[in-house]
Amino acid sequence: MHEMSLVESVVALVEDERRKQDFSRVLMIRLKVGALGHAEPDALRFCFDAVTSGTIADGARLEIETVPGAGWCFGCRQTVPLAERFAACPTCGNPQVRLTAGDELRLAEMEVE
Amino acid sequence: MCAICGCGAAVIADDAGSAARTAAVGGSVQDHGHPHPDAHDHHHHHAHADGVIDFGKGLAGGHVPGLSQERTISIERDILSKNDALADANRTRLGDAGIFALNLMSSPGSGKTSLLVRTIADLQDRWPIAVIEGDQQTSRDADRIRAAGASAVQINTGKGCHLDAHMVGHALDHLALEPGSLLFIENVGNLVCPAAFDLGEAHKVVVLSVTEGEDKPLKYPDMFAAADLMLLNKADLLPHLEFDVDACVAAVLRVNPRIQFLTVSARTGAGLAAFYAWIAARAAVMRDPVGRPA
Repeated sequence: MHEMSLVESVVALVEDERRKQDFSRVLMIRLKVGALGHAEPDALRFCFDAVTSGTIADGARLEIETVPGAGWCFGCRQTVPLAERFAACPTCGNPQVRLTAGDELRLAEMEVE
Repeated sequence: MCAICGCGAAVIADDAGSAARTAAVGGSVQDHGHPHPDAHDHHHHHAHADGVIDFGKGLAGGHVPGLSQERTISIERDILSKNDALADANRTRLGDAGIFALNLMSSPGSGKTSLLVRTIADLQDRWPIAVIEGDQQTSRDADRIRAAGASAVQINTGKGCHLDAHMVGHALDHLALEPGSLLFIENVGNLVCPAAFDLGEAHKVVVLSVTEGEDKPLKYPDMFAAADLMLLNKADLLPHLEFDVDACVAAVLRVNPRIQFLTVSARTGAGLAAFYAWIAARAAVMRDPVGRPA
């Protein structure tokens, strides 16, 4: 389950931020997770408490914002929703669609005090 | 974390420990509440330095009744940014030495190690070859690679399900790589997790064996979407199976229209000449991306 490593990486980023900004507690961590990406939100939630325990993020609430897949279609020249990474355009059927959203795996923001 | 010396875990634990200690002793930062005549109720993070109590030095940078010291920090950093930075460092290090690295990924038992043993036997007169072996336990694979004549370092990930760029960076420290070498990184047998982690390789290669079923690319699309080349291994078994090669090609192209595809047999050597030609061509492109006239 690589989500364990991903949450460890989140904690490392929070530690980075702790060195730059003055805070003593993290209340909430918001992640942006693309629907077509490599991480499973439920698995992230499952290991979050275990991984953050004893770290600066201990006790923080995890919020996950799922980013739906979208791409730019070179056929109809617009952004279209994508259900798969390399799917054809659902509007015009053109296979040339460049993924523009849905691959995110980001620490978006956090609430601290 | 580093499975060679365990340093990653220690660093993380140390960081967490020192952060916890910093938070606990806290220098001049205090956290306490007390009653206020104007009936606002909140935490105070006062700075007590030189006997000065400065309400403007709280975490919110100011003191206004009703203003909580809670605040939201926008971060917007990729979760894998640390791994990706280490992978970039590996890639630069390998590129500077003209080392062409492939990250081999598959489920356990697809024949990655057998493929490497065969490749080493066939190519070691043309290239210096080294291998980084990733497994949860044992050095069996590295032993097989060394017996085949290549230098190898074994990474045991313990409970880990994939290699990361930090582990590979350490493995590079342990390998005496000749400039111009071929480096194969055999990832942990796992058709899911390794896909997300850039190691600094030139290309990801996914190995699928014909005993696994032609619909694997549809079931595990992340892995096949991440790869530049797919090797369909154990082709010598095709006459004994009902594996539909065309259906497999269609499946993999559906999840990754850009992937290249070769059918090989590590046992008989069938199809491997095409794999070696692919390596030579891609290594030439890596070493001379612009291309020189012949």
